[in-house]
Amino acid sequence: MAKYQCPDCGYIYDEATGNEHEGYEPGTRFEDLSDDFACPACFVRDKEDFALLEKSSLKK
Amino acid sequence: MKTVTFDSPAQGTISYVDKKRGLWWMSALYPLFPITGLVLHGLTGIELMLLVPMAAAYIFVPLFDYLLGEDLSNPPEEVVAQLEQDRYYSRLLYLAVPLHFITFFAAVYWIVTQDLSMAGYLILAVGTGMTSGLGINTGHELGHKTDPLSRLMAKIVLAVPGYGHFCLEHNAGHHRHVATPEDSASSKMGENIYAFALREIPGGFKRAWQLEKVRLQRKGKSMWSPSNELLQSYAITAIIQISLLIASGWMLLPFLIIHNFLAWWQLTSANYIEHYGLLREKKANGSYERCQPHHSWNSNHVFSNLLLYHLERHSDHHAHPTRHYQSLRNFDDVPALPNGYFGAYLMAYCPPIWFAVMNPRLLKLQHIQGDLSKVNILPGKREAMEQKYASLVVA
Repeated sequence: MAKYQCPDCGYIYDEATGNEHEGYEPGTRFEDLSDDFACPACFVRDKEDFALLEKSSLKK
Repeated sequence: MKTVTFDSPAQGTISYVDKKRGLWWMSALYPLFPITGLVLHGLTGIELMLLVPMAAAYIFVPLFDYLLGEDLSNPPEEVVAQLEQDRYYSRLLYLAVPLHFITFFAAVYWIVTQDLSMAGYLILAVGTGMTSGLGINTGHELGHKTDPLSRLMAKIVLAVPGYGHFCLEHNAGHHRHVATPEDSASSKMGENIYAFALREIPGGFKRAWQLEKVRLQRKGKSMWSPSNELLQSYAITAIIQISLLIASGWMLLPFLIIHNFLAWWQLTSANYIEHYGLLREKKANGSYERCQPHHSWNSNHVFSNLLLYHLERHSDHHAHPTRHYQSLRNFDDVPALPNGYFGAYLMAYCPPIWFAVMNPRLLKLQHIQGDLSKVNILPGKREAMEQKYASLVVA
């Protein structure tokens, strides 16, 4: 499981928790998010803009 | 005056006093202002007094903007995190929410209990609608926040004029596609505000429902599920407005229709002036460049900004949508409106004046310099614009 961060607003997409409001189940991997995924906080950064923050010791 | 400090290893202690801190009460209390019209009418018996709040908004606010001028100051970046954590600013937003309801119910009470002429009825409906349009601005600031309380408050305040789809449409629709021909909430050069309204109001509604449908599909839920956030806000509107109709009778129906429409029109007015003709460049892969500060018309006029939670510092807002109102910045050399929003609306309502003032201003922008390929222009208007502004357009 990994975390990815929006470079503009700092929102963190954590694969372990997903995003319940947006309909991404816990465990949804970042690469499995649709290509038109936009930051669910600021909406002005796209999937390709997100930066890998860290990978936990848990293996996928 | 509250001083915010930051210990910078490089610059030592940075101190900042937000001079506007106490003045943000103006934004919070402004929703109550139309009640002054009711009070004056009650005291004098002169119906025309109902017009006072509207007249003040459109005469004195542009005048004060002109007289008081602009505020170009910015908070130092180092203290922005502290400013945004200061709950005082959020509380002022929350406070405005019930005030919008108070004004709305006060106007309804006045309509029902006073023997108003047709003119008095219309003035009150229009004025109250404009104030509820201001509520969309309150909902706008709240709707950009990510905490559940702010988002709930946004849904509630947007229910006053029945515009519960605004937050989703605005955040995931308008912000994502702003300053592109595809955005129904970005006006095009040569497009007058009345034509724009016919594109913007249905366009925003349709886009919000499409976005909510996709979100609910991801959650495996139907469009008609209670999780539909648009329906949640509409339900509040329906409960309030249908209850009022049942209690007061059909005489209230025109008021509600005019009120709701005028509130939507206020948003249309803001959207119209905020990105007129501005265009993000299309990249080779078909996507658009990121929204930059020069993709919004900005106004630093201090008085109207204090009434609108800094909405007019729109360049920073679009470049960084989650930035809180108290920390929005001025940028040098961004597209600038000649007056605050209230004055700009008046110009927009008279298209020949708007075009005469804004088209040359648009073409002279530093990043455009007469190049119409860098303008979001109404299809079919290019040739006419080339002829009309021949001295400003670069072939």
